[in-house]
Amino acid sequence: MTEPLFAITDRPISVEDVMKKVMRPEAGAVALFVGTVREWTNGKRTLFLQYEAYVSMAEKMLAQIGAEIKEKWPGAKTAITHRIGKLEIGDIAVVIAVSSPHRAEAYEASRYAIERIKQIVPIWKKEQWEDGSAWIGDQLETTAYPSGKPEVKEE
Amino acid sequence: MIRLLFFAHLGEQIGERQVTWPHVPKTVKQLKDEVEERYGISLGRVMTAVNEEYARDEAPLHEGDTVAFIPPVSGG
Repeated sequence: MTEPLFAITDRPISVEDVMKKVMRPEAGAVALFVGTVREWTNGKRTLFLQYEAYVSMAEKMLAQIGAEIKEKWPGAKTAITHRIGKLEIGDIAVVIAVSSPHRAEAYEASRYAIERIKQIVPIWKKEQWEDGSAWIGDQLETTAYPSGKPEVKEE
Repeated sequence: MIRLLFFAHLGEQIGERQVTWPHVPKTVKQLKDEVEERYGISLGRVMTAVNEEYARDEAPLHEGDTVAFIPPVSGG
């Protein structure tokens, strides 16, 4: 059985498993991005996070990011897994693996993938602090979507 | 009839994550207005997806659609 390249899971993520999905003879590089749960943000202590997703659409949007990468960097192959549910400090929330013939494309595409995840993939995190909790919108609360739809970011 | 999905703080605000809407408003905008009125919530910064595709306010709605209200996302 072939594992899907783009997945939402409620289980711990194996970095190696995600990496293996993009390894192939044509590749001379694999860039890995691992997003983890941070304890301190601007002096405020996080106890744990709760991630929620619109799972079916989130997996489609991750696949769309993979397709966008293929268009921009034709030699690149992408796999992304994002975890949901309760995550503790230090847990892995997301793993992005991009392989390509040469390293430059893999680095660039990996950065592109995480920025796009933060724009279009329907996943939300709820921060639990010592003195309360809140759903986090876009990280700086500065992005509005006047059209009701995220704009496609150009290079 | 259409199906509405509410995520993150919206689901908590209205107390349900899935709601059956008995009729079909003409557009996303019209539905948003009705939902804001019905639940007393603001959808100002909320995106909308119709059948798992992002949709603009002027997009038409059809019988059997699933409409998801998507607050600013915070994955990664």
